[in-house]
Amino acid sequence: MRNSLFRNPKPWLMLFTGVLFAFFLVACGDETPAQYGPHTILNTAGPVAESERFLFYVILIIASIIFVLVEGVLIVSIVRFRSKPGTPNPYQNHGNLRVEVLWTVIPALILFIVLGVTINGLFQVSYPPQGQKSINVTAIGHQWWWEFYYPDYNITTADSLHAPVGTIVNVKLYSNNVIHSFWIPALTGKTDDIPGHNNTKWFKADRTGVFYGECAEFCGAQHAHMAFNAVIDNQDDFSTWVTTQQQASVVPAQDSLAAQGSKLFVGICATCHGIVGKGNGYMSGYQDPSVACADPNVACKVGPNLTHFANRNLIAGGVLTHDHSKCTDPNNLSQCNLAKWLANPQGIKPGNDMVLGADLKPDQIKELVAYLESLN
Amino acid sequence: MATQTIIESPSIAIRRKSFSETYIGEWITSTDHKQLGIMYLVTGFFFFLVGGMEALLIRTQLAVPNGHVLTPQEYNQVFTMHGTTMIFLFVIPVLAGFGNYVVPLMIGARDMAFPRMNAFGYWVLFFGGIFLQSSFLFNSAPNGGWFMYAPLSEPLRNCGGLHAYTCTDGMNSDFWLLGTLLLGISSIAGSVNFVVTILKLRAPGMSINRMPLFTWMILVQAFLLLFALPSLTAASVLLLLDRHAGTHFYVAQAGGDPLLWQHLFWSFGHPEVYILILPAFGIISEVLPVFSRKPIFGYTFIAWSGVAIGFLSFTVWAHHMFAVGLPPIAQAFFATSTTLIAIPTAVKIFNWIGTIWGGKIVFKAPMYFALGFIAMFLIGGLNGAALAVVPFDYQMTDSYFVVAHIHYVLFGGTALGIFSGIYYWFPKMTGKYLSEGLAQWHFWLMILGVNLTFFPMHILGLFGMPRRYYTYAGTVGWNELNLLATVGAFILAISVLIFMYNIIVSLKSGQKSGSDPWDAFTLEWDTTSPPKKYNFLEIPVVRSRRPFYDKKNPEIADWKTVTH
Repeated sequence: MRNSLFRNPKPWLMLFTGVLFAFFLVACGDETPAQYGPHTILNTAGPVAESERFLFYVILIIASIIFVLVEGVLIVSIVRFRSKPGTPNPYQNHGNLRVEVLWTVIPALILFIVLGVTINGLFQVSYPPQGQKSINVTAIGHQWWWEFYYPDYNITTADSLHAPVGTIVNVKLYSNNVIHSFWIPALTGKTDDIPGHNNTKWFKADRTGVFYGECAEFCGAQHAHMAFNAVIDNQDDFSTWVTTQQQASVVPAQDSLAAQGSKLFVGICATCHGIVGKGNGYMSGYQDPSVACADPNVACKVGPNLTHFANRNLIAGGVLTHDHSKCTDPNNLSQCNLAKWLANPQGIKPGNDMVLGADLKPDQIKELVAYLESLN
Repeated sequence: MATQTIIESPSIAIRRKSFSETYIGEWITSTDHKQLGIMYLVTGFFFFLVGGMEALLIRTQLAVPNGHVLTPQEYNQVFTMHGTTMIFLFVIPVLAGFGNYVVPLMIGARDMAFPRMNAFGYWVLFFGGIFLQSSFLFNSAPNGGWFMYAPLSEPLRNCGGLHAYTCTDGMNSDFWLLGTLLLGISSIAGSVNFVVTILKLRAPGMSINRMPLFTWMILVQAFLLLFALPSLTAASVLLLLDRHAGTHFYVAQAGGDPLLWQHLFWSFGHPEVYILILPAFGIISEVLPVFSRKPIFGYTFIAWSGVAIGFLSFTVWAHHMFAVGLPPIAQAFFATSTTLIAIPTAVKIFNWIGTIWGGKIVFKAPMYFALGFIAMFLIGGLNGAALAVVPFDYQMTDSYFVVAHIHYVLFGGTALGIFSGIYYWFPKMTGKYLSEGLAQWHFWLMILGVNLTFFPMHILGLFGMPRRYYTYAGTVGWNELNLLATVGAFILAISVLIFMYNIIVSLKSGQKSGSDPWDAFTLEWDTTSPPKKYNFLEIPVVRSRRPFYDKKNPEIADWKTVTH
């Protein structure tokens, strides 16, 4: 061929191109295999994330074309104009006004087209569509776990945000400590949770499932363990969930292991963890954390509300998963993550606020697990 | 006795050398721009190694899920200091070092306008750097991230501190605030010096539009520093007052606003990143023409795009804040200004390729790094433009996609530009070449390392990995990419070791280079290697943009063929 690039193929160049190409292939997979993880933005489940992913593909295509063109010209010019013995001194070209204007105007046009698409997309995701059914949730960022309060149903829970499918979820973001950021990659990009600001965002899930969320603004020692998830149910399951949450906590049978656990709970845990129920040490009702936590003198609970803990699938800001079925046999808690957590919260999540005066003894752990796992 | 020759044996008065005549003393008391330039370069490179060790610690901790190399508290100090050290103690001093050494020579001056203030600027940097690093000795290294968002950087009482582990108590933030204030003083002193030197001390005939592009970029950078540092100073003073004088500028519960910090910081922080890249653009604009054997293509466009970038850099700061809940119309404004600033940057890349095109390319070490710069900076520019697409930014801000962007522009860009400058000007500073063979190893390992470390981070961002996580679970699909990035980081480390070996071996027994090893075009090459203390025997008269080329090639001199 005339082009000297192909006359002497450079192995290193081909290897480098191959490696780069492989990366592109990995990134381009639309059907992202499950092993690429539940946090990817490319497996979308709702209109906000879809709109954001569409823009990613637009940029990816434009950037790839520019990349190939410009790197290509660079490589061609390096190969074609390399100094060989006998090459005369090159023409001392100081510039070419026409060419320079052209390569200023054309990129400007491309960039402004992208800007137009950007601004259009920006306004599209900023406001939820009108006239569709919606629910309201307040997401409160603590150090280091997420709390969710539903003002319409007056229920508080933690770690899992339940919502019905096909419904707009209006999220109010609240923090009384440092800045956090609320991010569910499959459903929506992030918005920061800033003390003193009333940030809101919306998303909608088009299918049922569990979608992972995480904190995305550096918030201290355990920023890495402040995950949550969005549990999207069909409408019936969601209504059942709401009704269950609105009940006070289950009262354990007298003299059962769980009853002993509830006494321990009142003695050791109730200062930081709320459970709605009757009697001393229990909360009379759910609090709206954005009100309770605004005043440092009011009893804003330091730890998550545990009223219906048994059905949750995360513990302590997602540092551990919670599988209820592994915690039902008090004589075999070796696979029970709740037991592991109670045995050593500082070891699992160093620096978190759960500092027990003394380590819990194994008997105490059995009782507490029995009690908490009874809280359906 | 008609004539008596009086032979007087001269009496030699032996006196002790004064301090400034000893070897060490001469360096410590120096006000010579060349010596100060070398001191800046050496100091900056030392801190590059410190920041690099911190990077290796981070990558080792993140190589596998649930790593146990660092506790979360240690990790937070390490990643904060990695960013702070690399930006304030490596890039800024090294670029100041090049500016100090090269600019007076390039413009035909004997020294900077204010030699003693020059020395002052260096020593404030030196002690400021020691102060900042000494925080490790107190186990209180800054740990709030290199941009220190409030209220995390506030003391316990100011951030809802009801319980044991909130915010950052202790001296960590104070080390950062006081340290960066000191370093800011150094930069301001240096910038004033550059502005006056460049505007007032150019050789006769060197009008502004005949001075080398590296000098242009240093001039724009100096103005940027002068106008941007006050924002950082104001932000830092307000935070110091919050921390120690009971004020509440950034405390929401008392009527303040955490976002005030972000606006003030990024008003500094965005111009800062152009401060970090523009001199590297300048180095490339010097190296490419010399090693293509033709002039820079479109001098005017490149100079003016530098100025345009300088002005526009003050209009884009909130593109670091797209997720904080600004009104959509404001976000649209910043998306527009960010798009505008992409244009002069793109133009520069095309002009550089236009310089190579039609040339006679000489493949020596400086040229390898200059070409690598173009290739890698392009990637950084493209993923930066991607981040300007606001809804996409909602997904990618605060994720590893941003980490990929910043490292492609800072390592693939600035660092490669710095290495190009070192290989280019080392013979002028020492009279010896650096070894070409070792440079080849350095270059190829570094290119491999940059891509292996930072390209996977684009994908990690797309797969949802946030920044500043000290560890991650093994079940979320991030394992292989993190391991790949760690391998790449160690390859980078090896390439840096090879470079250091090259320096040591070449200082000892490098091949002699003479005064003009590269057959270059600008005035700094019309001196001995190293230059005499007074730089030039006679101040040269300049008639074009390539005065040394003109002197060597009088028949085809630029002033005969071009009008400028």
